[in-house]
Amino acid sequence: MQTYQAPLRDMRFNLYELHGLDALTALPAFADLNADTIDSVLEEAAKIATEVLLPLNASGDIEGCVAENGVVRTPRGFREAYATFRDGGWASVAGDPDYGGQGLPESVNTLVQEMMCAGNLSFSLYPGLTYGAVKALAAHGSPELRDLYLPKMIEGIWSGTMCLTESHCGTDLGLLRTRAVPEEDGSYRLNGAKIFISAGEHDLTENIVHLVLARLPDAPAGIKGISLFLVPKFLPREDGTPGERNGVACTGIEHKMGLKASATCQIAFDDAKGWLVGAPHKGMQGMFTMMNEERLGVGIQGLGIASVAYQSAAAYAKDRLQGRSLAGARRPDLAADPIIVHPDVRRMLMTMRTSAEGCRAVGLWVSQAVDLSRHAETEAARTAAADFVALMTPVVKALFTDLGFEAASLGIQVYGGHGYIREHGVEQFARDARIAMLYEGTNGIQALDLVGRKMPAHMGRSLRYFFHPVSEFIEANRKDPGVGGMVEHLERAFGALQLATGQIAQSGLKDPEEAGAAATDYLRLLGLVAMGYMFVRSAKVAHAKVSDAGPDAGFYKAKLGSAQFFIDRILPQATALFLAIKSGKQSTMALEDAAF
Amino acid sequence: MKLLVPVKRVVDYNVKVRVKADGSGVETAGVKMSMNPFDEIAVEEAVRLKEKGAATEIVAVSIGVQQCQETLRTALAMGADRAVLVLTEESPEPLAVAKLLRALVDREQPGMVIMGKQAIDDDMNATGQMLAGLLGWAQGTFASKVELSDGVATVTREVDGGLETVALTLPAIITADLRLNEPRYASLPNIMKARKKPLETIAPGDLGVDVTPRLTTLRVAEPPVRQSGVKVGSVAELVAKLRAEAKVI
Repeated sequence: MQTYQAPLRDMRFNLYELHGLDALTALPAFADLNADTIDSVLEEAAKIATEVLLPLNASGDIEGCVAENGVVRTPRGFREAYATFRDGGWASVAGDPDYGGQGLPESVNTLVQEMMCAGNLSFSLYPGLTYGAVKALAAHGSPELRDLYLPKMIEGIWSGTMCLTESHCGTDLGLLRTRAVPEEDGSYRLNGAKIFISAGEHDLTENIVHLVLARLPDAPAGIKGISLFLVPKFLPREDGTPGERNGVACTGIEHKMGLKASATCQIAFDDAKGWLVGAPHKGMQGMFTMMNEERLGVGIQGLGIASVAYQSAAAYAKDRLQGRSLAGARRPDLAADPIIVHPDVRRMLMTMRTSAEGCRAVGLWVSQAVDLSRHAETEAARTAAADFVALMTPVVKALFTDLGFEAASLGIQVYGGHGYIREHGVEQFARDARIAMLYEGTNGIQALDLVGRKMPAHMGRSLRYFFHPVSEFIEANRKDPGVGGMVEHLERAFGALQLATGQIAQSGLKDPEEAGAAATDYLRLLGLVAMGYMFVRSAKVAHAKVSDAGPDAGFYKAKLGSAQFFIDRILPQATALFLAIKSGKQSTMALEDAAF
Repeated sequence: MKLLVPVKRVVDYNVKVRVKADGSGVETAGVKMSMNPFDEIAVEEAVRLKEKGAATEIVAVSIGVQQCQETLRTALAMGADRAVLVLTEESPEPLAVAKLLRALVDREQPGMVIMGKQAIDDDMNATGQMLAGLLGWAQGTFASKVELSDGVATVTREVDGGLETVALTLPAIITADLRLNEPRYASLPNIMKARKKPLETIAPGDLGVDVTPRLTTLRVAEPPVRQSGVKVGSVAELVAKLRAEAKVI
């Protein structure tokens, strides 16, 4: 059964005890913020996720979206749920207060998003895309466009999309063909066809605002000739209400493996009226603002799935009676023991659990840096935070979504054959989670982004924002009576990461294929070290508090248990990854193409 | 018209309560606490009356420990205008609560008190009635529908035999039943605004009420575990067992 209760205690642990609110409340933007307010926000968000969104998850999957004559209907209940979501202000958690947003930190928004994704991943796409479009528009749009569109989009009355992909170009956007021709009134006419447009057409909002990549007539060839345009479904009237229908039409929706309640649309632009966002031929900049936001958001989708898959599996493992404990019957009063007694079931549950907890900790580390990159008082502090975010964005995206899918797959395994049939709802998690490894740049692309762009950027400066705190922590805690043992393991994995980094930096400089062949393993290695670092730090906090925690002792004990499992059973993968990277590209590239 | 809405902080309805090891009460340490669901319905009703223009101000009241502030903030986020916390470490019994509320009614002069019919922790179902008695006000308990016009509250009550409708001359006490309404989710902007609404803390002594318990709890125990049943082979066997073992026929 799809089981989910928002892990509020662990969220509070990460926010207040591991990362601490001080870094945020020290910023003028968040001087008024306090834990009580955040708690109220998280608790209410948890209600929306569990009481409004989760009940529509399985039904939305079965029913799917329907496209007829250019109109797309979302599954039953979605309109009402979206209205509840929008009226509650949940579309604007971290939105700019100048345009009606709530201006909460990204750190809090990340936790809210995690809950929404866990409750109903398909649903989360609709407001999620809007959020990215808002960011791109806020960063690159003209004041007129911002004033007209942002308040409605932040409120959630209008939604947003990003229209990049065309049928012949996904990853390589330099190939795209959609054209934009300037009009006399300063607007543009767009013609072309886009595919894979999430939330491209639906019945949840009164207008849909497409951000579209297209070429101007004088555009240079390739990626440097792409501009970004805003194209609304309905052209706003003078008073801002939706008016005449624009030349934008949904020509069909995709039939997909999962995420069925999210409409993935083919969109045709037929003399559609649009406006330029940012400078001509600089569209990729605007789109990257959106993509970076979205990539972090997609990572959180993986985390949400890991969390709900774990809870659903844990509930079943405590309930399902099969076989006896290898150490002798644990429940002689019953016909068999619950399967949670079996070491292999435990292995799966602990793996899922530590994926969720570890990603949550890393995710908050990064989202706190997002807050600092926007609101820190000095330019230097903002740049340092932004560099760290840039480095970690591909890691959050690829690591979290890989682990989310792995957790969903393990969840099926815990259920045995019952996991494979629809009735229990856990196979849906795997189908839904699978897309997150693909969209917003496949995870392979993320790995290339990490080794090709982020690692060498500014002569490796970004990487130092990761390496320095880890190595300082190791130095300071090697002899720590509580976590010294864990630090030793972390140090070994960190050593592997440093060696791998050196190897890729050297060999990749001479032969980019070397870096390409190492990229995915390297991203996982860096991700595991990041999670390990978070777990050891969490263990240090928990260790200091567990003996005096009273009724909370159970939480800290469990945190120590999670950390120990991760350090003992997951982190050693770092060594294997290093050995694989060290072997170089040779064996990967050796076969002739014809041999495949 | 001003409305007074008392709200109680109780163990969340999703939590499976456990008896403390020493049998002195129910374990509340480290347990999720929330607003009593019937009180939530009362707050919602008050907010709807205000939205309809039938009320001008909503004052939420809670009695108990410091953390009751969170319960009051929830009421403020739902739409109450200000809040009063009567701070006490005791768990006052219904009569003491009713006396405290009477003192607050004297102070605040509301036209109506709307509250939950009972709290889900002790299920007393007494405070509203006692408060009506102390004040000499009309009462409409177990309300499933409330309509106001010209100083009269028409209240539909859920009674054993069905529905009973009473007309109350204001001021009056109304206690909310489950079907009165479905409480809203607090919106994010209102949660943020709730932090800035006034919340006053006073002591029971300020209201001249002694909240010392008059009852002593001897023992709290889990209900006995239900025994598993037996399958009977025939009607005759069933009748024999009912006669000989259960002694019910």
